[in-house]
Amino acid sequence: MTAEAPTKDTPLWEVFIRPRNGLAHRHCGSVHAADEVLALQAARDVYTRRGEGVSIWVVPSNAITASDPLNKDENFEPTASKIYRHPTFYEIPEEVGNM
Amino acid sequence: MQTRDALLELLLRLGDDCLILGHRVSEWCGHAPILEEDMALPNMGLDLIGQARTLYTYAGEVEGKGRGEDDLAYLRTDREYRNLLLVERPNGDFAHTMLRQLYFAAFMEPYWRKMCASKDETLAGIAGKAVKEMAYHIRHAGEWVIRMGDGTEESARRMADAVDALSIYIDELFQTDDVTDTLVAAGIAPDPSGLRAEWDRTIDMVFTEARLKLPDVSYPQTGGRSGLHGEELGHLLSELQYMQRTYPGMKW
Repeated sequence: MTAEAPTKDTPLWEVFIRPRNGLAHRHCGSVHAADEVLALQAARDVYTRRGEGVSIWVVPSNAITASDPLNKDENFEPTASKIYRHPTFYEIPEEVGNM
Repeated sequence: MQTRDALLELLLRLGDDCLILGHRVSEWCGHAPILEEDMALPNMGLDLIGQARTLYTYAGEVEGKGRGEDDLAYLRTDREYRNLLLVERPNGDFAHTMLRQLYFAAFMEPYWRKMCASKDETLAGIAGKAVKEMAYHIRHAGEWVIRMGDGTEESARRMADAVDALSIYIDELFQTDDVTDTLVAAGIAPDPSGLRAEWDRTIDMVFTEARLKLPDVSYPQTGGRSGLHGEELGHLLSELQYMQRTYPGMKW
């Protein structure tokens, strides 16, 4: 492979794969590709070689808005003290099984 | 011609097509222009080599002389190989490789699709798996041919060069002889000449978008089916067969 990948002509795409019907698509990695058709092909070739999926989504990486790591404390810290939001205070009847 | 002899000959032709093109495609491993393609090309090579293995194994059974897939792949000389000239053509640039793949897959996809109805159950089984693999090869190679043909000045020039270089090998795909006639009559294999219209449609669809044109070919090249190959096949086989020739009977 050439040392410099041509990223200007082949932007980054995030790849989501649904492993089985009934499950949600899960992020599994990214590929470089010139457009959405080639991105789907590349995702198929790179991420489904061992029967990993039944459906693929690709999304331009720059279309994803991400939270700022600097806001981590204000975003996520406040929930640490609210343990009552976890459903650990209920007795689950045995017939229900694992939840 | 005996049906059994024709069947054996056909299995070798198809097996050789798959092995030689699979080997050619595998030569890209580690050299493709981008990582994604560096995985896609060996994927396609492995599809073809997998098909070759089942075809050779069945050929060995039909022949009944105790030869297996390894004997047929590693211990025949170039003159004994029955592959199309198209599949042994060197990789050239990415445009050549993708066009060669498109030409071959656009023929094999309908071929295997028709083969699914073969009276020979083993062949019908092989066809059922192979037809899906070839459908993907058409799509993968076709999308690249479109992007290169209708791409930059350089990619369009390279694509047009590939069309010029490889189109003389198209006619051989559709050739018929005693072998194909015998098997068509026995309901075992489809008639290659009957697939021309569908092949033309597939190529036309891609070429229209790619702004490419099929040239008129005055002198098509043939000979692969009777063992007359270009010198490039000898070089390919010397690499492919090196291990078994140097260490006979070696296993791993």
